[in-house]
Amino acid sequence: MANDIAVVIEHLEGKVADISFEMLGKGRELAKASGGQLLALLLGHGVKGLAAELGCADGVIVSEHETLRHYTPEAHKQALAAILKARAPRVTLVANTAMGMDLAAGLSGSLGWSLCAYCRDARLTDGRLTAVSQIYGGKLLADADVEGPSTILSILAGSFPAEAGKAAGNPRVEEVPPPPLDKPRIRFKRLIQPEAGDVDITRQAVLVSVGRGIQSKDNIPVVEELAQALGGALSASRPIVDQGWLPKTRQVGKSGMTVKPKLYVAVGISGAPEHIEGMRGAELIVAINTDPNAPIFNVAHYGVVSDLFDVIPLLAEKLKASK
Amino acid sequence: MNIVVPVKMVPDLVEELEVDATGRALDRSFLKLRINEFDEHALEEALLLKAKHGGTVTVLALDTGEVDETLFTCLAKGADRAIKITGQFQDGVSSHAAAAVLARVLGSIPHDLILTGVQAADDRDGQVGILLASTLDLPHVSVVSGVEPAAAGKAVTARQEYAGGIMAELEVDLPAVLGIQAAREAPRYAPVSKVRQVMKTQKLEEVAAPAVEVGAGSTVSRLAKPETGGRAEILEGSPEEVADRLVAILAERGFAKR
Ligand SMILES: Cc1cc2nc3c(=O)[nH]c(=O)nc-3n(C[C@H](O)[C@H](O)[C@H](O)COP(=O)(O)OP(=O)(O)OC[C@H]3O[C@@H](n4cnc5c(N)ncnc54)[C@H](O)[C@@H]3O)c2cc1C
Repeated sequence: MANDIAVVIEHLEGKVADISFEMLGKGRELAKASGGQLLALLLGHGVKGLAAELGCADGVIVSEHETLRHYTPEAHKQALAAILKARAPRVTLVANTAMGMDLAAGLSGSLGWSLCAYCRDARLTDGRLTAVSQIYGGKLLADADVEGPSTILSILAGSFPAEAGKAAGNPRVEEVPPPPLDKPRIRFKRLIQPEAGDVDITRQAVLVSVGRGIQSKDNIPVVEELAQALGGALSASRPIVDQGWLPKTRQVGKSGMTVKPKLYVAVGISGAPEHIEGMRGAELIVAINTDPNAPIFNVAHYGVVSDLFDVIPLLAEKLKASK
Repeated sequence: MNIVVPVKMVPDLVEELEVDATGRALDRSFLKLRINEFDEHALEEALLLKAKHGGTVTVLALDTGEVDETLFTCLAKGADRAIKITGQFQDGVSSHAAAAVLARVLGSIPHDLILTGVQAADDRDGQVGILLASTLDLPHVSVVSGVEPAAAGKAVTARQEYAGGIMAELEVDLPAVLGIQAAREAPRYAPVSKVRQVMKTQKLEEVAAPAVEVGAGSTVSRLAKPETGGRAEILEGSPEEVADRLVAILAERGFAKR
């Protein structure tokens, strides 16, 4: 119905992603403001059992089909478009993840509904929707008045507490088969698991993480020294891995690992949302960056605005001397 | 394979971003623009595909200001054609509008594969590539690293990256739009001398943007730095002093000895 709030449930290999619970929690709040119901949209094959975990919702719409067994943007978008078109909810929340990105913008494009991406918050006041998007690499927040009777919001992971969406309940389950997709133009081939063998950065108590501020591969030993002095491991932002300076296993963030060490030292890392997503749970965060406005300082506990090459070697030396 | 790479200028995030007097938009007077870094990856992947499998690479850009040098740089890197789409884009343009314009312009440009950067720092209303695909009714896959031709050139295999290093391998029929996260190799560098030479010897093509209509959107009412309740305590002083403070802080928490 026109007042409902829909949440697209993301799951992989039988596990509901945390972001789905974050969105359910937020969706509950929005549904209260809109006076509608909270609907969880669950797509896949043999996934009906997962509905039991979605107790926060008033209703779960399950769409099961062989073509939805593995995620493909095409099949999932088409199935969602059919459901959304029929129900026309006031707001649809989609995760701003690798899977959700294609769905959010794809649905906006095919349904002609407004879209606000990279949302950190949303409010419904007297029927009017305001969306807060985090843009410019996390440097600015944009509040926007959103037009249209139905809107799609893509939500950044870590924006809302997941706990709020884990409420127990007994939602009504409704099965809706997807429209046929006779000639899929996107075909799932296989899942590729990450190579094991290297240090598991998710199990380290101390991580020293290096970003593009390091400038060249030859400078990596500068941070490696610090990691050693702290008895921790070296991790990195994505560009360091893309350059081939450190293996993929060391990448922290959205498309890397989510880490929760006791100490996380971010060296020359700007703190893009995709990076912060993977490390905001660290107990103590120290950041070193030449840019006083770097977003990393918004999540760090201690910050040093300085050239890493002036501070890091000195710090490593002092730590070693103190042992 | 005819590959088209729409590229886009975004504010250089290394510079300070100032909000203008309205409190709703960036102050564009001193704004330094650069090519969206993910677009550089899209171009690199296109050039690698061309080098290995043949074909052409065409670069498109809406004239949002300062695009000439970027387009010449793309030519210097090895693109075959560079097309500037002129229109009223100087104050920025929404992703929905950009996609609508690109879709129309692509009507007269052969395209088997469209590679865009996975996202851009300012695409508040969504990623242009995906919206473009929806408009053209083409399949799209985002967050791709690694593209290979498949099915005798009628499709490509694309790797879509999920969290934790897990990837899905998808076969996508052409024509298609892929949002590139990272090229197989770090984007190549075009020396300034080469760019200068290209500026003298090659020309940018120009196309006037057709009028387009876009549906419901949204209007920014406030643009601001995040309020930072939990902002870091900044340690001041000489590197020596800062390092001492850090050792003390770390020692207090058991990460070092004093
Ligand atoms: C779908 C998707 C998934 C992504 N997944 C991830 C992910 O998993 N992990 C990830 O990290 N990123 C990810 N990204 C990329 C992310 O958007 C950023 O591009 C990336 O995090 C930036 O890395 P960086 O901070 O090292 O580089 P930059 O943003 O370039 O920052 C470098 C920083 O170093 C500082 N600096 C420069 N010189 C010095 C010096 N001498 N001393 C001290 N500081 C210095 C600069 O001020 C700057 O703040 C993803 C992007 C997308 C679109």
